[in-house]
Amino acid sequence: MAFPVGILAMLGVASVAAGCATFDPPKPWEKGDLARPSMRFDADPLAARATTHVYQSKEGAAGGGTVGGGGCGCN
Amino acid sequence: MRELLVTLVVAALAAAPAVAASVGEPAPAFVLATAAGDTVDLARLRGRVVYVDFWASWCTPCKRSFPWMNELEARHRDRGLAIVAINVDKRREDALRFLRDVPARFTVVFDAEGRTPAAFDVKGMPSSYLIDREGRIAAVEEGFHDERAAAIEERIRALLDRK
Repeated sequence: MAFPVGILAMLGVASVAAGCATFDPPKPWEKGDLARPSMRFDADPLAARATTHVYQSKEGAAGGGTVGGGGCGCN
Repeated sequence: MRELLVTLVVAALAAAPAVAASVGEPAPAFVLATAAGDTVDLARLRGRVVYVDFWASWCTPCKRSFPWMNELEARHRDRGLAIVAINVDKRREDALRFLRDVPARFTVVFDAEGRTPAAFDVKGMPSSYLIDREGRIAAVEEGFHDERAAAIEERIRALLDRK
């Protein structure tokens, strides 16, 4: 016999929720890889300048292209 | 449905740290090795005031805290202060490179697996735990701030004065 739809739906929700439960954000002492310079959006200063230049000329506006703060959790 | 709820509650409880290290509680035990291979057992430092510092090579404020901790230990070692700096780098060579730049004259041990910071429930890097002569956590310091250094040292002095 097939399961009632309600139970199937509940199982589905439970398995999806279990997926959420197993995601652990990195702990403060596990952020070494996130703190590497290569993890920056603007790791290459020349490329970053070029991107900013193109962005500003296309938008006709300056600034606002970045967000503050790093990811190392140490400040 | 009830079973599902029970399972969820049990899972939630299991995920939380068993005992969070907080002021007044006994410090979580640890036995860790130095670069030379000597073991450091917190239990064997009972009777001394211990300053436990969690650090990593990628942590910028840690670079500033090391010279201060060198002076701190030099000033109070004879009166019973022990500094144990626990490195949490995944790669040992990163830590060793940091130590070549910023030499440490206090005890440095390594915990790449992160069990000790988990037991101490470290909230940010660096974090320091001041442990009194009875093995209880007397103070928790998150981050390293130059302007806090004098207050921490004062606290260490007070703990050292207590016999």
